[in-house]
Amino acid sequence: MFTRIRSWGPPVLLIAPTLILLGIFVYGLIGAGVWTSLTDNVRGQTTGTVGLQNYENLFNDDTFVYSLRNVGMYTLAFVAGTLFFGFLWAWMLERGARGEGIFRTVYLFPMAVSFVASGVVWRWLLNSNTGESASGLNRLLDMVGLGFLQGQWWTHEGWGILAIAMPAIWQLSGYVMALFLAGFRGIPEELREAARVDGATEWQMYRHVIFPQLSPVALSAVIIIGHMSLKVFDLIMAVAGQTNHTTQVPGTQMWLKYTSGEWAEAAAIGTVLLLVVAVLIVPYLISTYRAERRR
Amino acid sequence: MTTTVLDEVKPTADRKARKAKKARPPQLPGTRGPRSTAVRTVKYVLLLFFLIIVLIPAYVLFVTSFKTGADISPDTAWSLPENWDTAGWERAWSTLSDSFWRTFGLVIPASLISAFLGSMNGFVLSRWRFRGADLVFTLILFGMFIPYQAVMIPLVEIMNTVGAERGIPSLIFIHVVYGLPICTLIFRNYYASVPTEVIESAKVDGAGMIRTYTSIVLPVSIPGFVVTIIWQFTSVWNDYLFAMFFSSAQNGPVTIGLNFLAAGQLQDYAASMAGALIASLPTLLVYIVLGRWFVGGLMAGSVKG
Amino acid sequence: MKLRALIAGLSAVALAFTATACGGDDGDNTKDVEVFTWWADGSEKAGLDALVAEFKKQHPDLNFVNGAVAGGAGSNAKNVLASRLQQQDPPSTFQAHAGAELLDYIEANQLQDVSQLYKENGWDEVFPEDLIELLTVDGKIYSVPSNVHRANVVWANPEVLKKAGLDDKPAKDIDGFIQQLDKLKKAGVDTPLSIATDWTQVHLLETVLIADLGPEKYIGLWDGSTKWDSPEVSKAIDHYAKLLSYTNTDRQNLDWPDATKMVIDGKAGFNIMGDWAEAAFQEADKEWGKDYITYPVPGTDGIFDFLADSFTLPVGAKNEEGTKAWLQTVGSAEGQKAFNIKKGSIPARTDADPKDYGDYQKTALESYKNDTIVPSLAHGAAASVKWSTAITEAVSSFSANKDIEKLKSALVKAAEDNQKKQ
Repeated sequence: MFTRIRSWGPPVLLIAPTLILLGIFVYGLIGAGVWTSLTDNVRGQTTGTVGLQNYENLFNDDTFVYSLRNVGMYTLAFVAGTLFFGFLWAWMLERGARGEGIFRTVYLFPMAVSFVASGVVWRWLLNSNTGESASGLNRLLDMVGLGFLQGQWWTHEGWGILAIAMPAIWQLSGYVMALFLAGFRGIPEELREAARVDGATEWQMYRHVIFPQLSPVALSAVIIIGHMSLKVFDLIMAVAGQTNHTTQVPGTQMWLKYTSGEWAEAAAIGTVLLLVVAVLIVPYLISTYRAERRR
Repeated sequence: MTTTVLDEVKPTADRKARKAKKARPPQLPGTRGPRSTAVRTVKYVLLLFFLIIVLIPAYVLFVTSFKTGADISPDTAWSLPENWDTAGWERAWSTLSDSFWRTFGLVIPASLISAFLGSMNGFVLSRWRFRGADLVFTLILFGMFIPYQAVMIPLVEIMNTVGAERGIPSLIFIHVVYGLPICTLIFRNYYASVPTEVIESAKVDGAGMIRTYTSIVLPVSIPGFVVTIIWQFTSVWNDYLFAMFFSSAQNGPVTIGLNFLAAGQLQDYAASMAGALIASLPTLLVYIVLGRWFVGGLMAGSVKG
Repeated sequence: MKLRALIAGLSAVALAFTATACGGDDGDNTKDVEVFTWWADGSEKAGLDALVAEFKKQHPDLNFVNGAVAGGAGSNAKNVLASRLQQQDPPSTFQAHAGAELLDYIEANQLQDVSQLYKENGWDEVFPEDLIELLTVDGKIYSVPSNVHRANVVWANPEVLKKAGLDDKPAKDIDGFIQQLDKLKKAGVDTPLSIATDWTQVHLLETVLIADLGPEKYIGLWDGSTKWDSPEVSKAIDHYAKLLSYTNTDRQNLDWPDATKMVIDGKAGFNIMGDWAEAAFQEADKEWGKDYITYPVPGTDGIFDFLADSFTLPVGAKNEEGTKAWLQTVGSAEGQKAFNIKKGSIPARTDADPKDYGDYQKTALESYKNDTIVPSLAHGAAASVKWSTAITEAVSSFSANKDIEKLKSALVKAAEDNQKKQ
């Protein structure tokens, strides 16, 4: 008995603070959040439970449904965009290029900036004025003779949300590039040699040997960008503001509900977001867990 | 993926990797020729093109921050300022200076505390194979991915009930708690790379876990700490969501101040762009000065066990 | 061992930081009075500065802390404020629109009764009775009004109007107004009517509703006696849609000063905005009646679309005495004069001397005395924050998709959701 405590005690002691904190503040609060979403909580005052009424309200609310559609489109664009640029840049840099350090540093630097700060400049860039009073990107497009590309950016109801994905892609493509670069460089040289010995062309080597090796990296990137994307809030607050219709996402909807005192519905939005993220994350975590156990 | 983290984190491994890179033959003879020159030209043109694209927002930020009201008209939107004027910077600094310094008071303790806790957890989880250790680790990891909106309302209620002091104290606590998963992950992967023999020998000596940790593990942990602290520093500095819910312009971090500065109805572009630069300065400095470690942190954030 | 010392040292630093961060706030802030407003720019800021100067004169021992959050009509500020009140971290005092919006705060038990201040300062006598009524629940008065604004004002640039052969005479009703806009459009004016982000669109909608429904039915919209799905309302919304088609397409990017500036600069013919716009014309050195003209929104002649700002004493305010001192300055004749002259509004006190005020303000003072008063929607007098947020969302959505049926049904739904609970 005593030896058991001796061997169990210290590690438990070291890890206990974290387990307690996370137990309460992650799992406990998720539970409390789900519970709140089933009540009629207004500014912390609850009179009773209402079942799934809050969820019903949300899904009958056009704006909320639209915000879900928006965040879906945003996520697709964000993930696809960062993967495309990140992969392309990594590929161009992977065999070493003159001035590689400079390219890498520049491509990656937006990552160090907050969404709020980059939102300031993108708000200016994505001004929807056209013609004489155009500024920002519209002006630039006009100046370089691409005036026909001028757009109304984030004020468009169908595609506006994709304009918000532009700054997001700008910020995180460098990150995905860094992931892919690490992936490329983790591939043993022997694999390439072997492919060449087999008479494969450069392209065939990439296509059949190198790229398949990178799929775990791509998966990581999808998971990370995807979960960041679903909770988007900062960028929209900074670029378009909280009530702008065309850029509503669950994150801003939750803020609006919270500030108008509708805590129960705000919690319901949080829960919906959690479920969506869980669909993405839980299979990933389970596979990680299995991999762990095999170790 | 584990290896890549270590490449970044461990200086020795990194040096080795670099050597290996140098030793690598640059190109096989057969791949040279006119076609590959063309390919290379295209590659550099593309690289430069993207370089310019990525730098456009930075150019706008910098240039506009030095403009005067008259310069900001659409006609001169993309040109350099007529006269470089620092008034925008002065206005921005007078609005942001308080929250700027305050943010250090948030970021430094938050990142130190969570790094310290993360290192303890990481050590335990990497060395101590108890039953369910993987499950515990996976459960901790999940905390990294939750959308914070899902816990926000109960968190507000708890903070209200406890009567927690709003602003920096609340935020330190929150960032420590929600920073734990990532810090644990970084350290766990880091410690997995510390040679087992070192620790085993200590165990043979009869040193307990806590002594092993303090006398053997901590001394080799500096790289892990640097990576973790940089990661936490950046993400806490750039946080806006928690700041919106638990602080105000009077007691909150610089992101809040910047957002209020920039959302003004008259859109003082010079000041808000200068403000954006001011608010980004510390993280950019960290990135430029400690770039390699910064990337290490990024990698670690992506790594599955 | 060195490292252990290092880490111990780092932890000590961390603790010290935490301690200072906690302690710093409790320091010498008993003299601080944090005043939360959305007056961050232009004339609003100028008005606030003047009021602060008066406050410092009256209470030199107190320290004014500016808690302004920018964004016209408090569009951002109200949410930020709501968040702070829910966090139980209120400012010393905050700006609240008299009427339904103030009622929200009262019902959420976020405000304290300030009737005592009214008694001490004899304010019962100097503020108009119907205004005090808007600040009162169950016989308790909850805020001190600082100023009154009129929302239904057309600002026009006669130079631009001339291009289309229009004179300075206001149209009789909205139909006539639309004809004028059409003439401007045909004469090559890109933006006959300038407008800005969502709340200014709500502002336009409200003036159209008043013009088409008349004061009684408009007021009925808020107490349920006028149905939102009635043909008259439907017609007004059609009018609104038509008007919006004459506005600038970059509206979502702008706030009200940009839209007003379009009239000042001659880029737009008309702008419909509250009379805080007056100060923007003054700042640009424009002369009333010559460089710009104003009149009530067509169809609202003799109606004063009213809003009033007021200041409150929140529950849990850190420095109650300081707050009371601020409220006392706000309610004082000197404070009201200093503030309103700069802000372009008219004082809430009835003992103001019109001679102190500008040409436009004199007309507003006159109308305020004689016209029918109706509460403003966009500015919190008519509907609760929640209801007006729902309307704002519907209007913002319309700005993007131009789906008029959707707008109508969203407005009906917003009314149902909110009247049920009231």
